[in-house]
Amino acid sequence: MNIVETVDVKKTYQQGKVEVTALGGVSLSIQKGSFVALAGPSGSGKTTMLNMIGGLDSPDSGRIIVNGNALESLSQAKLAGLRLHNIGFIFQAYNLIPVLSALENVEFVMLLQGIPSAERRDRAISILDDVGLEGTYNRRPAELSGGQQQRVAVARAIVSNPSIVLADEPTANLDSKNGKGLLEMMRKMNEEKKVTFIFSTHDRMVMDYARRLILIRDGLVADDEVRET
Amino acid sequence: MTAIVIGVWSMIFLGALMRGMTDQMVKNGISTLTGHIQVHHKGYRNDPVIENSMTDPRQVVSILEKTLPSDLRWSSRVRVNAVVSNARHTAGITFVGINPSQEAEISFIGTAITQGRYLKDDDTYGIVVGKALAEKFGTKSGRKMLIMSQDTDKEIASRAFRIVGIFRAEMEATEKQFVFVTMQAAQRMLKMKNGISEISLVLPDAKDVDTVAASLRSVLPAVNYEVLTWRELLPFVTAYLNIYDGFIFIWFIVVFIAMGFGIVNTTLMAVFERIREFGLLKALGMKPWWIIKEVLTESFFLLIIGMIIGNALSFGSVFALSRTGIDLSAFASGSEYFGISRVIYPAVYMYDVIMANLVVFVLGLLVSVYPAVKAARFTPIEALAQT
Repeated sequence: MNIVETVDVKKTYQQGKVEVTALGGVSLSIQKGSFVALAGPSGSGKTTMLNMIGGLDSPDSGRIIVNGNALESLSQAKLAGLRLHNIGFIFQAYNLIPVLSALENVEFVMLLQGIPSAERRDRAISILDDVGLEGTYNRRPAELSGGQQQRVAVARAIVSNPSIVLADEPTANLDSKNGKGLLEMMRKMNEEKKVTFIFSTHDRMVMDYARRLILIRDGLVADDEVRET
Repeated sequence: MTAIVIGVWSMIFLGALMRGMTDQMVKNGISTLTGHIQVHHKGYRNDPVIENSMTDPRQVVSILEKTLPSDLRWSSRVRVNAVVSNARHTAGITFVGINPSQEAEISFIGTAITQGRYLKDDDTYGIVVGKALAEKFGTKSGRKMLIMSQDTDKEIASRAFRIVGIFRAEMEATEKQFVFVTMQAAQRMLKMKNGISEISLVLPDAKDVDTVAASLRSVLPAVNYEVLTWRELLPFVTAYLNIYDGFIFIWFIVVFIAMGFGIVNTTLMAVFERIREFGLLKALGMKPWWIIKEVLTESFFLLIIGMIIGNALSFGSVFALSRTGIDLSAFASGSEYFGISRVIYPAVYMYDVIMANLVVFVLGLLVSVYPAVKAARFTPIEALAQT
């Protein structure tokens, strides 16, 4: 069953007086439970593709269907609802809320979902334990290392049991040891919780972890390889 | 926040000063021989000549005694235009014959004597004059003044009176305008027998003016008498009060417009500073309406805190001036033209306080909608791209 489907998605940006084509017509089908890497050099269009799938940006033309929802037909509020209940995001720069503790950052999405306080707390603690952050619950992002911050971001992304987790260069700001640890953790969650992971990268080591590697170059799918790893 | 505090303070405090000014105007007007209600002979209001006096006030007095509550104070007067002169000067004045003990209860004159003494009921030739008039005439207590006016025979009547006391009033014009003698002295000089010009009433509660006036109109024959309230007797003050009610609303709006720019500016700055945060919240699934609610909630608390401080400051300012007031003696001649006292005491009206707070709160939230909607409209990508 396809959880994400894109049909001839095109997107151009205006940079000063120059029009830059980010996506030149990308068609993809991604099955539920996949662990997919969108790979390619900088500026190839992989981040744009992730943003489109997450409904953070809209295409100039083409269709994107996520979990059976055609994104072009959804209002901003419904798109926000889709992200809240179905999609988890992991950003390259972590994007944690600096004034909240690790625990509160993880709880925040559940707060938006209206989950009761006690349940929120239990689930947030449990997921922070799963990502190896026992004892750091009350630390603010500034008091955590880059690796720990990214783990909090992962915990935040998966705590509400989304169908898909979109990760934009999740290891870009981590050293290789922390990067590997993060990927191991993401793959474990993919295997155990059957969460679909789609992540962008240009790092060979990260690509090696992917079970499907989609190579994007100049805004087009240059290669699509399904592998056993 | 500062804009809100200053806005609320200026609305309440300056409003209280203006209310104080109008209250003083009304109070001065009422205590300067107007009272809350006056009863005249028909036609006296339009033509206050001696021919329009009440020649036999006994019927009116008897009706008043039966109709009016016992705690209501009133007094009869003779009041005619006259000329006062001494060896040096001559001036037009209002010659007032009063019952000294009754008059002292309803007008300023009972407590206004600063030199000499107040009139006694049996003062046949005693006169009380204002300080400004005495200075202008270069006279003082113990000296004589000549009063001339038309009597009931349409002849010029004149009589010399000896100054027994000098009074001070809120306004210099009052000191120059009125001279007081006893009722009997005035009636004798003007050959009025028991005639009087007016009956002035002062009510315990000014709110009852219209009710009492209506009940008097119903019992006094309209063919012979007219009953007028202070609003009809002081048309300038009444007009000023009406203008003031409109003016204070315009004043509130003007202050709010200045303050509104401050609120929009502050809220917009706060939104732009946190644009990445809003982008992140939207990316995580926060709906646009929730962001609007969040910004409006922040504005709500900003307004509430600003209003609390602004109210505290304005009440503090009013309290600080409640005893001393603001002394406008330096501008007395200018302010007296409008009937304003030498010293203004602020007067807080709950209606003005509620109105000022409502204007700030409701319009403050309304102008916050613009930055709130702006925050909600950023796409997550636009917002997260900001550094």
